[in-house]
Amino acid sequence: MQLVLNNLAVARGGVTVLQGLTLSLSPGRALILRGPNGSGKTTLLRTLAGLQPPAAGSYDLPADSVAYAAHVDGLKSTLTVAENLRFWAEIYGGPGMDLALQSLDLEALAHRRAGELSAGQKRRLGLARLLVTGRPVWLLDEPTVSLDVASVALFAGVVRQHLADGGLAMIATHVDLGLPEAEVLDLEPHRARLIARDGFDEAFA
Amino acid sequence: MPPAGVSGQEEAAGPEEVGGQGMKTLLIRDLRLAMRAGGGFGLGLAFFFLLAVLVPLGVGPEGGVLARIAPGILWVGALLSCLLSLDRLFALDHEDGSLDLLATAPIPLEAVVVAKALAHWLVTGLPLTLVAPILALFLNLPQAGYVWLVVSLLLGTPALSVIGAFGAALTVGLRRGGLLLSLLVLPLYVPTLIFGAEVIRRGSEAMALATPLALLAAISLGAVALLPFAAAAAIRVNLR
Repeated sequence: MQLVLNNLAVARGGVTVLQGLTLSLSPGRALILRGPNGSGKTTLLRTLAGLQPPAAGSYDLPADSVAYAAHVDGLKSTLTVAENLRFWAEIYGGPGMDLALQSLDLEALAHRRAGELSAGQKRRLGLARLLVTGRPVWLLDEPTVSLDVASVALFAGVVRQHLADGGLAMIATHVDLGLPEAEVLDLEPHRARLIARDGFDEAFA
Repeated sequence: MPPAGVSGQEEAAGPEEVGGQGMKTLLIRDLRLAMRAGGGFGLGLAFFFLLAVLVPLGVGPEGGVLARIAPGILWVGALLSCLLSLDRLFALDHEDGSLDLLATAPIPLEAVVVAKALAHWLVTGLPLTLVAPILALFLNLPQAGYVWLVVSLLLGTPALSVIGAFGAALTVGLRRGGLLLSLLVLPLYVPTLIFGAEVIRRGSEAMALATPLALLAAISLGAVALLPFAAAAAIRVNLR
């Protein structure tokens, strides 16, 4: 199982934002995407999750392998933590939720309504969803937003365990996750330029 | 459209068991959400009730007028109260991100649409059908019309939910899409309204009603069979 990008270009709102992405990611590896706001990190992850078609090029992912975690966690505020998690566990038919609750330190909160959680606790619940999917490829969009230092470390541990189990992860983030073994991909060289930088001289030559 | 490899994965994933299980899970979640505080259960019902109470007050006690307009009023009431909760159908899931996650989950979007439309019907259409005979009392519906009132609502309201789901799918992600949704969906409700009211009218006058009844059922069955695919396609486009 491998994630392969082949000269991939992705577009947001019809405008190509990233192009010429070629890489392959094998099991047990993580790739950190870095780039300024608007550079196309989210667009790339949404494309790989199958939510939008690539603008050019192609990618190769084994069928049924992706778990995607977006900016927002997809939680229902009137359902409890356990109900939210059980819903996704049943949709994916993945492993039970006990390990997920335990790994992200949510056991004490299992019967609280998601609407009553703090922002960081909601985020941890959103990440716990990844564990109940049982999917090997994690596409994570800013997973550490509103997490404190201890929770970031907890999350890094979860990712490391996932990699050790033969999974792989692509993570868009600005903070240091404490995953020194992860490769870093700087998106700056891949950004699509709308306006040629060397001026218009050749038009008049 | 997602690339072949990706769209293929849903079908590959979805042996019937997984798809069916996913639909059931989603249906139960939606029903649970509707029952919880702020879920909107009973909103459409209360609106239907108010309409049936207010119309006689406005029309007055003139003999015969109410009985004549009762079928139309009851069906218009059903349309409008269905419409009340439609804009929440996909919009809430879109706002909190669950729609994105459902679209990447091993449940086909068509099944998501069917499960959500079914949940909408169970929460609005079915209760409407059940209380309609009581409200028909206020409207002085002739005795013979009661059975046909229930039959026509039972046959027609599924179409309201499915057509509504299609409209909601078209407007998902639009800010203030509710108004646009009404403009899109109400014209599509016209055939259901015409034949639904016609069944009650003919029923209460003991006339032959096989034709409007068959057409009403045909509209519902056609909508249920075709529109989930259209709605799923609309959601895919809107999620891009």
